[in-house]
Amino acid sequence: MIDTPHQERHTISIIVDNEAGVLARVIGLFAGRGYNIEHLTVAPVDLEGNESRITVVTTGTRKIIEQIKAQLDRLVPVHRVGDLTDEGPSVERELALVKVTGDKQQRLEAIRVAEAFRARRVDSTPNSFVFEVTGKSEKIKAFIELMSELGLEEVVRTGVAALHRGKKVL
Amino acid sequence: MSSKALTGAAIIVKSLEDLGVDVIFGYPGGAVLPIYDELHEHSKITHVLVRHEQAAVHAAEGYARSTGKPGVVLVTSGPGATNAVTGLADAMLDSIPVVCLTGQVPVQLIGTDAFQEADTVGITRHCTKHNYLVRKSDDVSAVIHEAFHVATTGRPGPVVVDIPKDVQILTSDKIHNGPIEHRSYRPAFKGDDAAIKKAVELLAKAKKPIFYTGGGVINSGPKASDLLRKLVRLTGAPITSTLMGLGAYPASDPLFLGMLGMHGTFEANHAMHDCDVMVCVGARFDDRVTGRIDSFAPKSKKIHIDIDRSSINKIVHVEVPVVGDVAAVLEVFLKFWKKGKHKLDNAALKKWWGEINENRKRYCLAYPKRRDVIMPQYACERLQELTKEKDVYFTTEVGQHQMWAAQFLKFEKPNRWMTSGGLGTMGYGFPAAIGVQMAHPKALVIDVAGEASIQMNIQELSTVMQYGLPVKVFILNNQYMGMVRQWQDLNHEGRYSNSYTASLPDFVKLAESYGATGLMCEHPDDLDATILKMMEIDGPVIVDCRVEKLANCFPMIPSGAAHNEMILPDEDEIKEFEGGATLV
Repeated sequence: MIDTPHQERHTISIIVDNEAGVLARVIGLFAGRGYNIEHLTVAPVDLEGNESRITVVTTGTRKIIEQIKAQLDRLVPVHRVGDLTDEGPSVERELALVKVTGDKQQRLEAIRVAEAFRARRVDSTPNSFVFEVTGKSEKIKAFIELMSELGLEEVVRTGVAALHRGKKVL
Repeated sequence: MSSKALTGAAIIVKSLEDLGVDVIFGYPGGAVLPIYDELHEHSKITHVLVRHEQAAVHAAEGYARSTGKPGVVLVTSGPGATNAVTGLADAMLDSIPVVCLTGQVPVQLIGTDAFQEADTVGITRHCTKHNYLVRKSDDVSAVIHEAFHVATTGRPGPVVVDIPKDVQILTSDKIHNGPIEHRSYRPAFKGDDAAIKKAVELLAKAKKPIFYTGGGVINSGPKASDLLRKLVRLTGAPITSTLMGLGAYPASDPLFLGMLGMHGTFEANHAMHDCDVMVCVGARFDDRVTGRIDSFAPKSKKIHIDIDRSSINKIVHVEVPVVGDVAAVLEVFLKFWKKGKHKLDNAALKKWWGEINENRKRYCLAYPKRRDVIMPQYACERLQELTKEKDVYFTTEVGQHQMWAAQFLKFEKPNRWMTSGGLGTMGYGFPAAIGVQMAHPKALVIDVAGEASIQMNIQELSTVMQYGLPVKVFILNNQYMGMVRQWQDLNHEGRYSNSYTASLPDFVKLAESYGATGLMCEHPDDLDATILKMMEIDGPVIVDCRVEKLANCFPMIPSGAAHNEMILPDEDEIKEFEGGATLV
């Protein structure tokens, strides 16, 4: 492993025991050792609710990325650590809710843009909309940028969820 | 599982008993009284009452490091737990197996800022290998068994089990016994054969090999030290050790170059710098070892044997990583080495040793042989000479005295040397000596101390008196925080900001006030007699050994310099005293 001078962006998936404090252990590791977190999602993923899947998008040099995975792997409640960026093709999605306000021409324009992005209107009042948009982070970013001209008020994003493509599993 | 219901506190003590615990270091308080009630006049478990919770953890570390068994601590909630934090961080950085049971406020009061409540699991998350909050008495036994499993396997470390008071009082019939099947924790043990084969082949081709070994060899157990000795002698390659690894390879062996690193020997550091193949065994390329990274062993290929995958490539890039337990890996390594009939290139090795032996002639540990004042190095030399036939264990505090002890004491066996390596905790050595003495009641246990460090846990004099522990504290008293003063000399133009300790106690009277013996030694002519007297006294002794106040610890790699940029002792100063020297 030779270190790269440039920053790489990696999507890392972690399967953990769904126990109290486990998220704090993972996040605390990033904070304590000075690693970046760009996105974070976490929820139980098995039917019994015993295991959670944490997805972290992080940046760092190659050496830091390898160190992050090794450090995560030695946490006691961690079952598996996978690097979706390294391990073959993966599919990444993010969901955002975007609130815009305005009237008449602005509303029509917002609806047009939303249709182009296949965003759904999940809430609608005479002077506001909430759009639900899913896709890659770049698509979400582009949508928000366009909406900022059209009465953008508030945004919430789930952060990235990601899986390997094909039959491969973590 | 047993059908008879017991209180949580009774289950805790029974579990400890089942796990073979014979000594607990602790301090009672409101949130652990049910456990203390169970320990009252207990037939199998001795509780050692320390005088500060930090000392309890260091004592447990001393016990663990001198026995290879986990050390056990019991403290109360809130301040009991927070006082233990320094000890836990110390055990974390030095990979010492410690299980620390902390009391907690009752479950329904957690989060209410109750009396003596602290978020112990939150506070200790970063300074433990793992920690637990036990919310049901049904879980107590299994969690304690799991805590011991986690603390002692893989890369060892401290584990905290936080137990609310009501959990100690409520009853359960669930009592775990036997091995732990953990859901996710799978520490590495056996190294990958292919990687070991690659390592063997790389070493076999070396012209300038060196073994660089650390605390991982000690942690792996006595078998690892045996295998290391076999392998090193079979190859005939030089070996150096970190501070943590001293004793894994005998100091008296001619292949041993002494300690490496910031205050390591000239020959060890130069051999590291010039080597072409480095075999790192159970060490972690700490900054105090490597010096400047970009000029660390620049011509070398490296093999790194470590049980913790995250140690590999953390600081220094290595060509051949082997993740596994030192003993397990070395066993296979030796097998492959013998099977392949490998042998180092004899001519190259001879040339390599020629270079090393030239460097040895620099006598990097030389110091002025003063007749008027005790040189701290001389005191360490005499300590070594006069105790070498004894069953002796040394602990230290942190600072110059620690480095002099590491340079001048000669360890032939593992588990004989207890010092705070990673965290550098002043106040470590005295309580650690208590733990060692509890494990080895008949042995000679000496804490080499400084007058500043010893005051950080001086209250433990009361503990050694209560339990009749004949711990010897040998203070190299120079009235300065010597290492701070040395750095101020080197980096701050001699401005001794706050490194001189005014108003030192009279250590002799201090010892006597607790009922211990205090000895004072001010002149080189009295040194041997004082050390012998200290050893003869069957009880705790404090020696106030007044040493040269401004002696600096050399050789030294200045912070941020490379292995071949060492500062050596001043030869003119040494020569000045050579003429009249009768001291050797």
